[in-house]
Amino acid sequence: MRRIRVIPVLTLQNEKLVKTIRFKNPTYIGDPINAVKIFNEKEVDEIVILDITASKEKREPNYTKIEEIASEAFMPFAYGGGVKNLNQIEKLFKLGIEKVVLNSVLEDNIALVTEAAKIFGSQSIIASIDVKKNIFGKLNAYKISGSTKINYSIDDFVNKLEEAGVGEFFINSIDKDGTYSGYDLALINQVSSKTNLPIVVCGGASSINDFLPAIQAGASAVAAGSMFVYTGATRGILINYPKQEELVNKVYQQL
Amino acid sequence: MITIIDYNAGNIKSIQNMLKRIGVKSCISSKPSEIETAEKLILPGVGHFDYGMMNLKQSGLVDVLNKKVVDEKTPLLGICLGAQLLGNGSEEGNEKGLGWIDMDVVKFDKSKLSENLKIPHMSWNEINIKKESKLLEGLDNDARFYFVHSYHMKCNDEMNVLTNTSYGYEFTSAVEKENIFGVQFHPEKSHKFGMRLLENFMSI
Repeated sequence: MRRIRVIPVLTLQNEKLVKTIRFKNPTYIGDPINAVKIFNEKEVDEIVILDITASKEKREPNYTKIEEIASEAFMPFAYGGGVKNLNQIEKLFKLGIEKVVLNSVLEDNIALVTEAAKIFGSQSIIASIDVKKNIFGKLNAYKISGSTKINYSIDDFVNKLEEAGVGEFFINSIDKDGTYSGYDLALINQVSSKTNLPIVVCGGASSINDFLPAIQAGASAVAAGSMFVYTGATRGILINYPKQEELVNKVYQQL
Repeated sequence: MITIIDYNAGNIKSIQNMLKRIGVKSCISSKPSEIETAEKLILPGVGHFDYGMMNLKQSGLVDVLNKKVVDEKTPLLGICLGAQLLGNGSEEGNEKGLGWIDMDVVKFDKSKLSENLKIPHMSWNEINIKKESKLLEGLDNDARFYFVHSYHMKCNDEMNVLTNTSYGYEFTSAVEKENIFGVQFHPEKSHKFGMRLLENFMSI
C-alpha cells in the first residue's frame, strides 16, 4: 500500500498560532506547543510550522520557541520563516528540526539552496512557492507573505529551484488559503508536469475527500491549515486529524 | 549511560529528545574516551555515505567503535545513514563501510518503481518482520515508521535481515547481527512505534 504524507501546517506570528484566509486576517488560534502536543497524540505524519511574518518584519527565526516545539515534536518537523542564510539553517538543524522551508530568500539568493543542500542534503531543503491568480487568470509566484510578486514564471522558478538542488516543493495557493474549496488542481497539474521532485500541496482542503484528487493531479503529500485547527464551517477551534483507518480506507487504498 | 555518537552528520537532537521522552538519559559525544565507557551506542546519520564515513575516521572513532562493538559486544543501533555505515560500502560513494554486517548499500532501482514513486523514498511505511528480535518486541507488521532515503541496504546473508519494507519492491529496512542493529527508518520521528523500538533497544 502506498502512503502519502498528510501534513498539518501551523502558521505563527512570532510566538502566536494564527490562521489566515487568503493570507489575510490572521485569527488567533492558541499556543503552538499545545497544538504540537495534540498532533503527537494524533500521530500526524509530519508538521510544517511557518512564521508568516518573520520575513515581512525582518525578524530572525524565534530559536527559543522553535527549540521548544522541536523538543515536543516526535514526527518530522519542517520550519520556515525568516530564514536567509546558512548560519541560520545550521542553527535550526541543531535545534532538532528535520527540514527547513525557504521562500522569501529564494528569488534573490538561489545559491543558498545549493550550498545548504550540499551540507545538509537535498531532502532537508524545501522550496515554498506561494501562488496567486491575477485578474486574467494567470498563476504567478509570490514571496514575503504573498506581498511581493516574483519575477520568474512558476515554471521557470520550479526548474531553477530543482536545478539548484531543493529536495521538495511546498506549493501554497493564496487564493485557496482558508477557503475550504478544495485544492487548486490545475496548479498541482502544472507544477507536477515540470518536476519529478515531491510536491507538498497546501490551500483549500476541507476534508479527507479533497486528498485523493490532489494526489491524482500529481501531489506527493497533502497539507492543510484550517482543516486541522478548526471544526466545521463556523471555525470553532479544535485541533484534529483523521484517524489512520480512515486515511487507509479513504485515501491510501484508493491510490 | 547511552551515548549518541556525534560525528557531525545528522539529527542528534531529535534522538536525544525522544530518549528523554521515554525517560532515558543520554549523552552526545564525539570523544573516543567517552565512547569507551558507553553502555550502549547509537550511531545516527543523515547525508552522504562518504561524508559520514570520513567524518567518523577524522574524529578518530573507528578504532574505539571496533573495540566496543566487535570485541566487547556493546549494543549499537545505527539509524538511517548510521545503519548503512554498518555494511561493506555503498553505491553512493567510494569509502568502505565499518564492515560489521555483510551487506552492501545500493541505490533504489528506479526501473522497478512506478512513476508516482519518487526517490528519495520519503514517507511513512510499514515493516515486514523477518525474524524474532528483542528490538521489535510489541511491534507488529502494522507498525509505521518514517523513512527518508535514496539508497537501501542489501544483505548478503539473509540471516541478518530483520525487516523488509515495500516501496516498489521489497528492500531491507532493518538488520540485526548479534549486538549490532541498524534501522533505515527514523524511530526518533515515528511516534509510539519509534518510542517502543528505542525502549526495546534500551532493555537489550
